[in-house]
Amino acid sequence: MKNLALLATLVTGALLLYGTKDFPAWGDPDAPASTYLSPTYIEEAVSQTHVPNIVTAVLGDYRGYDTMFETVVIYCAGMAVACVLWRKREE
Amino acid sequence: MSREINEHTAGEDLLIKTSVRLMVPFIQLFGLYVIVHGHYSPGGGFQGGVILGAAFILLAIAFDLKISQKYMPVTVNALFCNLGACIFIGVGVLCALVGGLFLDYSALDRLLPLGEIEWHSFGIFLVELGVGFTVMSSMILLYWNLSSGGAMDEGL
Amino acid sequence: MIWQLDLMILTLVVICALVVINLKDLLGASVVFGIYSFLMCLLWAEMGAVDVAFTEATVGAGVSTIFFIAAILKTTRWSKD
Repeated sequence: MKNLALLATLVTGALLLYGTKDFPAWGDPDAPASTYLSPTYIEEAVSQTHVPNIVTAVLGDYRGYDTMFETVVIYCAGMAVACVLWRKREE
Repeated sequence: MSREINEHTAGEDLLIKTSVRLMVPFIQLFGLYVIVHGHYSPGGGFQGGVILGAAFILLAIAFDLKISQKYMPVTVNALFCNLGACIFIGVGVLCALVGGLFLDYSALDRLLPLGEIEWHSFGIFLVELGVGFTVMSSMILLYWNLSSGGAMDEGL
Repeated sequence: MIWQLDLMILTLVVICALVVINLKDLLGASVVFGIYSFLMCLLWAEMGAVDVAFTEATVGAGVSTIFFIAAILKTTRWSKD
């Protein structure tokens, strides 16, 4: 069973490594991921929001929903652990 | 402040406790810097909140859970946790109430005319502040509960 | 991006991941997991994603290691399997 799992892992890893052959180069401006919205952010983020750090502008403004639910996830994690573990002191 | 810590810990681990007592204010200052300076340098609400929480966790590890609860009481911590989420969602709802879209900060210009682009910058700051509060108190709450098994009286 | 540095960090990341899986001592495993997170942080900082590197350094290498250690000290240190 263990050998089978190792074999499956190795085959999947080899397939994934084979797939990276067709990837665009690192930081390629013509890659599909960086031709759609990234140029707009890079060109207009500073003039639209006056925030020099584009990452903060994207996280806080353009992608505000994502950041909001990220905060809610952290809040829910804290509340869930507190609800499960917190108990009254045994005097 | 420092006298009580000294009385509580006279004797053991003098080196760790003295260095932690010196380090904690600077860690908190750095956390506030990371939150506030997130517009211009790497960082933001999440990272700064974790650093602020780590300062109190360091206090709880080096001294006792009681000492960290003295400087960040349980009720105040819960208040911060809820306040942060309420700031974030409240800013979004306020934008919608004054006539814009949800989380569209330029609509707040009708409330206080500073300029729409400046409101984008300031809205991002408010939102990051909310994220920082929530993350800080969630981290502290997680550590208190995990390290004491839920009893919240003594640490590791 | 320097490929020699890249290769070294990636090799260390793989070694750390294998050690984390195979270690029976959970306390040691959580410490090695902190090293793994810090190596990932170095990798991201080297690729230019400084914000992600900062998050990984604070959350992954800092706070989550403390949470693991707190949970281990409250439960058990040695893995059963």
